[in-house]
Amino acid sequence: MITLSHYLILSAILFCIGLYGVYRRKNLLLLLFSTEILLNAANVGFAAISKFYGDLTGQMFAFFIVAVAASEVAVGLGLMIVWYKRRGTLDIDTLQSMHG
Amino acid sequence: MEHMETYLYIALFAPLVGSLFASLFADKPKMLVTGIGTSTLLFVSWVSSVVLLMHVYHGDVVHVKMMDWIHAGGLYIPFGFVVDQVSATMMFVVTTVSTVVHVYSIGYMDHDRSFNRFFAWLSAFVFSMMVLVMSDNFAGLFIGWEGVGLCSWALIGFWYERESASWAANEAFIMNRIADLGMLIGIFLVYWNFGSLQYDVVFAQVDGMDATILMMTTAFLFIGAMGKSAQFPLHTWLADAMEGPTPVSALIHAATMVTAGVYLVIRANPLYSLVPEVSYFVACLGAFVAIFAASMALVNRDLKRIIAYSTLSQLGYMFVAAGLGAYWVALFHLMTHAFFKALLFLGAGNVMHAMDDELDIFKMGGLSKKMKWTMIMMTLASLALAGIYPFAGFFSKDKILEVAFAGDHYILWAILWFTAGLTAFYSFRLVMLVFFGEERYKIFGFHPHEAYRYMLFAMSPLAILAVIAGFFEHDFIHLVSYALPIEEYEVSHTVFWILVVITQGIALGGIALAVYKYSHGGFSKKWEETFIYKLLFNQYYIPKIYDEYICKPYAEISTIMWKDFDLKIVDATVDFIATSIYKSGMASRVVQSGNLSNMLRWMGVGLLILLVAAILYSPVR
Repeated sequence: MITLSHYLILSAILFCIGLYGVYRRKNLLLLLFSTEILLNAANVGFAAISKFYGDLTGQMFAFFIVAVAASEVAVGLGLMIVWYKRRGTLDIDTLQSMHG
Repeated sequence: MEHMETYLYIALFAPLVGSLFASLFADKPKMLVTGIGTSTLLFVSWVSSVVLLMHVYHGDVVHVKMMDWIHAGGLYIPFGFVVDQVSATMMFVVTTVSTVVHVYSIGYMDHDRSFNRFFAWLSAFVFSMMVLVMSDNFAGLFIGWEGVGLCSWALIGFWYERESASWAANEAFIMNRIADLGMLIGIFLVYWNFGSLQYDVVFAQVDGMDATILMMTTAFLFIGAMGKSAQFPLHTWLADAMEGPTPVSALIHAATMVTAGVYLVIRANPLYSLVPEVSYFVACLGAFVAIFAASMALVNRDLKRIIAYSTLSQLGYMFVAAGLGAYWVALFHLMTHAFFKALLFLGAGNVMHAMDDELDIFKMGGLSKKMKWTMIMMTLASLALAGIYPFAGFFSKDKILEVAFAGDHYILWAILWFTAGLTAFYSFRLVMLVFFGEERYKIFGFHPHEAYRYMLFAMSPLAILAVIAGFFEHDFIHLVSYALPIEEYEVSHTVFWILVVITQGIALGGIALAVYKYSHGGFSKKWEETFIYKLLFNQYYIPKIYDEYICKPYAEISTIMWKDFDLKIVDATVDFIATSIYKSGMASRVVQSGNLSNMLRWMGVGLLILLVAAILYSPVR
């Protein structure tokens, strides 16, 4: 029997994977992938809880997140292409121009 | 009635206009027009004052409210002015002396490079003094009081490039500040207990007032008066104030400002007459200062300081009269004293000019040949000061002695009587040493000359008043009887004549002793070795005592407070706050590196913190 907890645990695992990716990856493209995983972890949680309570608001919210993620990728990829053309690399440590 | 208001405003504001006009050219080289302009406006003010004096002579009072000033909550203070018989007398005295002094100063300050600045301050002083005497409430009086203090500071320190002058100016200002604190407390007490600062409102309620409150109020107000009128123990500034130009000494430190304390007591007479303890203290202090200051004048060698001590002594006389309830006598002596003392100072100014600002009277002598008119006028003033019939001082001073005797205050009377002798002696010691005897100035290479003729002309009204002012005694009594209690001090006819004769006797004796001694070579040098001479010559060591026991400990405490308290506690606290913020900024600066992976890490930390917070403080739980 698959219960709400299983979904939430899946969501948490996905989230941790995403977070790990955000921390460890130095490539900007992979960073973007990691954030997508983070967003989808949240989506799984929303959908599961929406089903559990019989309230469609959560699923609706998940759709919004999908839409936002899509537009984010569109804009983000565009920016990244420009960046790659200029610098020839997507390593985030090379993005730094300030010296605190 | 309408036009009387106009005269009032003209009398009050003409000096201010003059002052503002002269101040436009304050840093310019000498312009004769500033001197003449201010003098003319002062004369206009004098004419208005005389018109007002005539108007109030038959009992009318001009009372105007110019505008509201402070109106907040229960506090209501209008800018109001009143010309009653007391303030009209004061206005007459102030404008007369200041007009004379202004004209005289055109000659005296002739070669000074700050000629214009001098007139700006001098007229500003007259304006402040007019505010002081014309105000119809304590707040306005206080403003004038501070105004004259400020102008006095600026004029004592007029030659500020001299160390001693700016020191004396600061001394005068600071000592007056100490006394003004007492005065302010007195004014607060008046407001608290009477609910108003208007004279008429306050004085209408005095009868029902608690005796302790009245006593505290009058005592605190008198502290203010002690500072301004340089009574013991706040007297040292007056002698040092002689650093200022001589016309300033004549106007401010003899005729007008220093009498403000006496004016305050006279003005507040409904309060003082209900508190015999304080009044008696006022009288005793006055008598003490009278003899104390006269004794210092006996041996001093400085021309102006001798006259300054005599001013102090005469102020003591006025306080005796005011303290014994004879307010009109105090006012009368204030008036006559203003005339002859201003004359004496202006004469001293002529002598100083002739002697290239030399002040030691032992370097003068025999000046009467060169300066006949100055000699005549100073002798007249000295006769008036000594209280010889028929000069002005006789009438007022004799009245004070009579009041003291009639009130059974025989000790006070004896002190004042003896002081009258001292006064006569030191006045004529000065006259003899300056104008007669051996021409010692020749040894020191001076070439004295008489002052400009118009300066002598300017002095002549004062000379005339110093001679005849006493004969207006009955008119004066009629005038002030509308405003002040006139009590008849009945002594029997015989006693009266005995008093007059013995007072005249000691005064003439003093003069005779001075004339005899100093025309025969003066006192022997042995005197200068005696303890009493040294005591008097060093002003009872009071300046030294103040220096040793007040100024030096104060400076030491200040140093300790500065080094131990201010630097180590106050500054350290402030610095600690500043440096800790600065250091934390330096430490957290690295966060703002612009490195995306670092930022993401911080974001993760923030997320974690928020998550923990959400769990701990979740409302569902």
